[in-house]
Amino acid sequence: MNWESPAAFFAMGGYGLYVWGSFGACALLMIAEPILAAKRRRDILRSLRRERLAETLDSQGTE
Amino acid sequence: MNNRLIHWFKFASPQSFYPLAGKMIPWFWGLAAIFFVAGLYIGFFVAPTDFQQGEGYRIIFVHVPAAWMSMFIYLVMAFWAGLGLALNTRLSSMMAQALAPTGAIMAFLSLWTGAWWGKPMWGAWWVWDARLTSALILFFLYIGFIALQAAIDDARRADKAGAILALVGVVNVPIIYFSVQWWNTLHQGASVSLTRAPTMATTMLWGMLIMALAFWMYSIAVALMRVRAIILEREAHTEWVKELPEVKN
Repeated sequence: MNWESPAAFFAMGGYGLYVWGSFGACALLMIAEPILAAKRRRDILRSLRRERLAETLDSQGTE
Repeated sequence: MNNRLIHWFKFASPQSFYPLAGKMIPWFWGLAAIFFVAGLYIGFFVAPTDFQQGEGYRIIFVHVPAAWMSMFIYLVMAFWAGLGLALNTRLSSMMAQALAPTGAIMAFLSLWTGAWWGKPMWGAWWVWDARLTSALILFFLYIGFIALQAAIDDARRADKAGAILALVGVVNVPIIYFSVQWWNTLHQGASVSLTRAPTMATTMLWGMLIMALAFWMYSIAVALMRVRAIILEREAHTEWVKELPEVKN
């Protein structure tokens, strides 16, 4: 085990700012990216469903 | 031979790749989670303190995987873009488009984590070292590829223009890779290479390799998620998309 206490773990031997600044940025972007990718698919699915609904309503109206 | 060809071409169509990608995504997320847990555990709790850099060296557990992925994704992206240009296959161009943002994020993270390592170790966030400069150019190439594709309305023309940019930019990847040998500047040489034994402690090396695998699985998973969205966007007018269960309900 490398660390005496949780505080020592977060201090990273005086490099805490730099280590957590690096890992934090990675965590942030690598959580945000899949959320945005999922949102992109949800958005296009919503517009496809809307288009489909509009088409069925149209065809009902002309009958 | 003939059978195999048919098989390959089957998954080269967006229609059959879309459900296949959907099935693969959870597996890659699962693998990514396993490798992240293992890699972070080794990186923080098993790998010893570095005798020169103290605990600050632990940044390499994300810096090196991000830098490797930024170069590797570029090669894969250029390969798909080139294939799309040569064979006019729609799916390969969509793959290239799906990979670009992930590659750009990896390139950004390699620069960002490098800066946060450089500040305490070199005393500077940034220097115009050959490795750093060529890595910055890689980031700009990704941004240029994304911007160029976004600027052209016709998707097929955007694919072609993007492919040419991506292929020309490939020359930068070996420059990044060999920059530490060709120019004797600040960035240290490779600790891991294909031709020599690695020059670092075994647990540090394992932590780094497992983190690299985690980044790899992550990149595949997120690129597959994005390519599914791109397929739907580009194939919106087709019958098979309109008949998808997620569209019908």
